[in-house]
Amino acid sequence: MSSPGGIGAGSEHGEEFRGTEDVVAGSTAEEYLPDGGVEEAVAIDLAAVDPELADPEHVAEVVASDRTVHAQVGEPLLQMQDVTVRFGGLTALDGVTFDIRRGEILGLIGPNGAGKTTCFNTMSGIYRPTSGSVTFDGRPIGAVKRNQITRLGIARTFQNIRLFSDMTALENVVVGTDARHRTSVPGAIFRSPRHRHEERDALDRAMALLEFVGIGTRATEKSRNLSYGDQRRLEIARALATQPKLLCLDEPAAGFNPAEKQSLMDLIRKIRDDGYTVLLIEHDMRLVMGVTDRVVVLEFGRKIADGVPAEVSSDPAVIAAYLGVPDDATA
Amino acid sequence: MSTESITPALQLGVGDRLRLWWDALARPTQWLVGVPFIVLIALLPVIRPPVLTTVGTDFGGVLAQFGMYALLAIGLNVVVGQTGLLDLGYVGFYAIGAYTVGLLTSPDSPWNLTDDWLSRDWAWLFALPVAIAITAISGLLLGTPTLRLRGDYLAIVTLGFGEIVRLLADNLSNITGGGRGLSQIAYPVVGESASKPNGVFSAGNTSQPLNSGTWWFWLSIVLIIIVLLVVGNLERSRVGRAWVAIREDEDAAEIMGVPTFKFKLWAFLIGASIGGLSGALYAGQVQFVVPSTFNVINSMLFLCAVVLGGQGNKLGVILGAFIIVYLPNFFLGRTELFGIPINGNDIANYKYLFFGLALVVLMIFRPQGLIPARQKLLTYGRSIYVATRRAALALAATPAPAPAAAEPSDTTEGGAR
Repeated sequence: MSSPGGIGAGSEHGEEFRGTEDVVAGSTAEEYLPDGGVEEAVAIDLAAVDPELADPEHVAEVVASDRTVHAQVGEPLLQMQDVTVRFGGLTALDGVTFDIRRGEILGLIGPNGAGKTTCFNTMSGIYRPTSGSVTFDGRPIGAVKRNQITRLGIARTFQNIRLFSDMTALENVVVGTDARHRTSVPGAIFRSPRHRHEERDALDRAMALLEFVGIGTRATEKSRNLSYGDQRRLEIARALATQPKLLCLDEPAAGFNPAEKQSLMDLIRKIRDDGYTVLLIEHDMRLVMGVTDRVVVLEFGRKIADGVPAEVSSDPAVIAAYLGVPDDATA
Repeated sequence: MSTESITPALQLGVGDRLRLWWDALARPTQWLVGVPFIVLIALLPVIRPPVLTTVGTDFGGVLAQFGMYALLAIGLNVVVGQTGLLDLGYVGFYAIGAYTVGLLTSPDSPWNLTDDWLSRDWAWLFALPVAIAITAISGLLLGTPTLRLRGDYLAIVTLGFGEIVRLLADNLSNITGGGRGLSQIAYPVVGESASKPNGVFSAGNTSQPLNSGTWWFWLSIVLIIIVLLVVGNLERSRVGRAWVAIREDEDAAEIMGVPTFKFKLWAFLIGASIGGLSGALYAGQVQFVVPSTFNVINSMLFLCAVVLGGQGNKLGVILGAFIIVYLPNFFLGRTELFGIPINGNDIANYKYLFFGLALVVLMIFRPQGLIPARQKLLTYGRSIYVATRRAALALAATPAPAPAAAEPSDTTEGGAR
């Protein structure tokens, strides 16, 4: 009974139980404290929910039912043109120009403070460029509201996990699917046909997405009770649920061990193969070199290299700035 | 906290078992259990159970007040419990609802309609939707500029709003009657008879046990059920999920495509209209409104009901409202309880002290409230919930495995356990 609000209170009121599964707070700020909820530390039987979830092809089809990319692979999807972002006297991005092409996995790397996250936030509309322009899918995204950028087709995950911790994994993903829905208060009160259709659709898609990223059996678990790795996967599922054209992953492998990194790489490839375009910000060079089709390197807010991984990793400027000079080269 | 890892697989508490049992029932069975339960509650003022019945005040009147507070708690729960917007001026909406009815139907008011074309028999019923609409608009007017604020700042602004409404009512003497208030407010005139010339809802109906309080209690039960259906439908929809997402992480919600401002405004508007509905009920029951009734301390009391009962749980906040209204009235006028002499009036007078203490104790031992939130945010989640329940029961039935036998976790984070 180390904490007065903890176990004692929970069992007294009979509202608390705890599973044997790992309950990992991970890097989320929330400490694991009993909140009196049934921590549904149980794996549900997927066959009972929807037998079709056992078929990976069906799952992949539901996940990317609206893909249109195959016809246009290689066309630019997002164009950064001469983008400069200044915060007061600090120039975080200085005339950065690059494209993200449909159907590729683009890696964005650079040392700490190079402007990767600024670049990312400029794309997702959180910062407005001081000069230059960002064009997504043929449309400038200068003055688009943040929640509308999602509807345009840019989805992201967060470097420090930001799930809706009191919602179940499934509900988190359904919030993502809601980005495409239009039911508002009157429709929900009177349960309009559109509302019912959207709800059914959301549930099917969300279950398929959870299964796609590999955590289908944990669907009814509160997201804060998921393990750290599962929380990262859930973030990806939630982002995919918004039916993005471009999926931005902000350091998805932070805190992962090699085995987890490997399975994450497999997942990212699976997402690309399912028709999505992926932007990956990552520090782990092995992961970046292993999974990306192209790499853009930033340093001090400037682009210093842009090319296929092998090319970039042998670029002297990149080596000097980021990869470090190997011992035998200095010898 | 090291005891965590060696606790048995699954310990189900009383509340969980109750919930699992309830969820397992088929819909018709749930009706068979639920309807008699509601009927039993509705019959409380008729049965007048020995110890439960209040001594100092009329039991029917207390329950009618409970009905109004339950509505307030449900409305405030939408704003505070679901959407996570701390509203300290909720009493303002209650006041606007009550004053709208008062201004439209009291002979003291310059805007009284009952002199000309509106029959006093129907005046209250006419004023009710007007009151709801006006409060909804006031919620919109308050929300549009202020919902860009967050957390404490929003709380301060709403606190100010609650005071502004009361001060307006107090100082616009030529309209609201100032401190004298508005009297002879209309009420629904139904069921007139020789003994009840003004109908059952009139404050003049003092016949026991079916006095006016009982009738207002019944009316509020009907309204509570309607409001619960509306709010429940909202909760299990895109709207409810947006509210909870905003509560959990507003920025992440915005980036996930939730139009946060729009749904915060809806939450405010819906919360306000429910508050206005409750205010209209109050005005009709008491037939008299004065500004001092809408003191800001009442906002705290409403908030206390929500926090005490369990933020985000509709049943919980109704229980909270019951405690807030019933307990002081229970002690009022009592000189002994189970043979122990007590000074009930003193206990009732110190209600704010006791509620304050109760809140402190609750925050230490049960911060989630008496009945914690267990939201269902999906309209068609039944098959999922069934699967979860089965898994939970199966896990509860299996004996606790040795900690080493626990299924290997897919994370190997050191020190995470």
